[in-house]
Amino acid sequence: MPPEQSTKKKAEEHPSGDDRYLAIDRTMKLFAHESDALLEVLNTAQEAFGYLSEDLLIYVSRHLKVPLSRVYGVATFYHMFTFSPLGEHNCIICAGTACHVKGSDQISQALAEEFGIGTGETTPDGLFSLTMARCLGTCGLAPVVVFDGEVSGRATPEAVVKRALAIVTLAKERALLEAEAV
Amino acid sequence: MNFSKLEELGQKEKARQQQYENRIFCCTSTACLSAGAGQTLTALEQGVAACDCHDFEAEVVQTGCMGLCSRGPLVRVEAQEEEPVLYGDVTPDIAQQIVAQYVPLNPSDDGLDLDDDGAISPHDILHFRASLRKAGRKKGLDRRIIPMEIPFFSKQVRVVLSETGQVNPDSLEDYLAHGGYKGLAQVLGEMTPEEVCDEILRSGLRGRGGAGFPTGLKWNLVRQEESSRKFVIVNGDEGDPGAYMDRTVMEDDPHRVLEGMIICAYAVGASYGYFYIRGEYPIAIRRIRRAIRMAKRRRILGKSVMGTDFSFDADIRIGAGAFVCGEETALIHSVEGQRGMPRIRPPYPSTSGLWEAPTVINNVETLASVPSIIRGGADWYAGIGTDKSKGTKVFALAGQLRNTGLIEVPMGITLGEIVYEIGGGVPGDREFKAAQTGGPSGGCIPNTYLDSPIDYESLTKLGSIMGSGGLVIVDDSTGMPDFARFFMDFCVDESCGKCVPCRVGTVQIRQMLDKLLAGEGKEEDLEHLERLCKLVKDTSLCGLGQSAPNPVLSTLKYFRHEYEALIPAE
Repeated sequence: MPPEQSTKKKAEEHPSGDDRYLAIDRTMKLFAHESDALLEVLNTAQEAFGYLSEDLLIYVSRHLKVPLSRVYGVATFYHMFTFSPLGEHNCIICAGTACHVKGSDQISQALAEEFGIGTGETTPDGLFSLTMARCLGTCGLAPVVVFDGEVSGRATPEAVVKRALAIVTLAKERALLEAEAV
Repeated sequence: MNFSKLEELGQKEKARQQQYENRIFCCTSTACLSAGAGQTLTALEQGVAACDCHDFEAEVVQTGCMGLCSRGPLVRVEAQEEEPVLYGDVTPDIAQQIVAQYVPLNPSDDGLDLDDDGAISPHDILHFRASLRKAGRKKGLDRRIIPMEIPFFSKQVRVVLSETGQVNPDSLEDYLAHGGYKGLAQVLGEMTPEEVCDEILRSGLRGRGGAGFPTGLKWNLVRQEESSRKFVIVNGDEGDPGAYMDRTVMEDDPHRVLEGMIICAYAVGASYGYFYIRGEYPIAIRRIRRAIRMAKRRRILGKSVMGTDFSFDADIRIGAGAFVCGEETALIHSVEGQRGMPRIRPPYPSTSGLWEAPTVINNVETLASVPSIIRGGADWYAGIGTDKSKGTKVFALAGQLRNTGLIEVPMGITLGEIVYEIGGGVPGDREFKAAQTGGPSGGCIPNTYLDSPIDYESLTKLGSIMGSGGLVIVDDSTGMPDFARFFMDFCVDESCGKCVPCRVGTVQIRQMLDKLLAGEGKEEDLEHLERLCKLVKDTSLCGLGQSAPNPVLSTLKYFRHEYEALIPAE
């Protein structure tokens, strides 16, 4: 019966009503809430939320019955977990060996100068963040940058800054339009 | 499903493929995709779909890496009764031209005479296409053709990569059509686990993850352990910057890795296995996951593999980005959901590994070599390579070279052959300066050693290591102290912090390099640096720390003058 089902589903939901928690619950269920599942659960959480907030870590700790200190220890050990939200737009610069040899440093420097942020930081308006990857494995096309998931090779500092500016300007305009509409 | 039924599936797929007059393969591996292969593929598919042709005129197939990544997107056309042609830098425009050449829009519009009954004779069509192709080549399309005779291809010996770029990675049937799972069937049907271990030992296969431990020996150790549960782990945590061999094999030929894994499991008596794959490789994760699902459906995985009484199941664990997890004990901790920190060995994983059970951990490339060894025989494999390093090795060739990409070469090939023949030399008027092998754990080989063979022993003697297969070429525009600092920066970041020499030593080394690079170094600093490097090398707990000083030590050895030049005169 549909009504009953929906109430049952509600009961499993996180009090905040955020259905992204369902993905985490699913992974935990898949592993029968064993503590071995910690890394997999954190992976799911990172994917669903984009970063691991304190609340999330507490949630995982309670449900897997693992001390919060261990959850925090594991989460901070691995590079893929982040603890603050990324900007609306993101640029990843590959800092692998091949990219380094072909001048990826100059690209990150140019971007850092343009936006006043270092790698791993986000602009104060939350529109743009700059991150670094160890190697994207597209060394044939070095140096490589990734704009919002789109990989482009043989990048130059000028082209990357131009592209980043275009993206941010567009985002600003859109935000302005939305503000006007409200 | 037993093997004869699987073979039937393969034959059926082969027959289906042979119906097509033209098969157009488009590389959709990461490198080509970032060069725009997505649009190229769409253009090819639309072009073929728009043709006024019969059903079996042309098929567009997505494949994996064809090797020459620097010329991506790559497209290969296999027309019936013609040699395959490889095109490079295929933009959507070029893709349309290629389609037009092989699959003309409408032959009758192009001045072909019709028969009395209004049809075009097959002979005329063939003739017509040949003339079109000739014309097209004149038009400049031929500039996009990459001759298969160039040393980049002819110098290679493809074993692990024999099917990549040919086979559709998402199709179990296609892998079967290429002779896949034949090795597994042979092992299950005709060999005892002991014989399998012996065969691998005789082939001379050594671990391709870097250390080069004989694989057959490792398997035998686990096979002899008496335990009710044993595990196989595929190490796909390829963390070296500048290396992407394992990713390519997992993405482009996932069933080959799976077959190797199941053969290994049978040989050692394991009933469960894990793929440990870097989280940064979403496509590899997706393809391996799909391969596992398809293998389960065809009963190649699960209870009673291929109808025998051997059972084996596999799952995936996703790594979250830690270079140290390439070390086997650290990897085991990570699979168990803990911080990926290494521990003191012994006990080795072969006696006490995952959840204290005997465990084999093999690199992706190692396991991907296994099906070929079983199919071709240990003697055939042992015939490739040198006396102590047998078989082939896949390298990710990158840096300042004309041709970069993925290559597979016989062990013992010289550095010069790789740089000048396969790589086509350094572009511009620059000069080859050094080759860096083994990533942050390896060292630099200067141009005076161009005749040195590439095998485990020779590389160690030169102060570098084979490593997992990153091969970065630098020209004379790169300063070696800065290059060494780059790797030290990596090691500082990736040191897990468990043992003091690595945690503190790497930071100290980096500080000393910074001081030198800032022009504040003194004469005696070089000596201090060397001593510290040796200390870290000798006293660190695991492979990461023990090899972290290699880039500094090897550049100090071969390019000491560059360090000395940084020290200001008194």
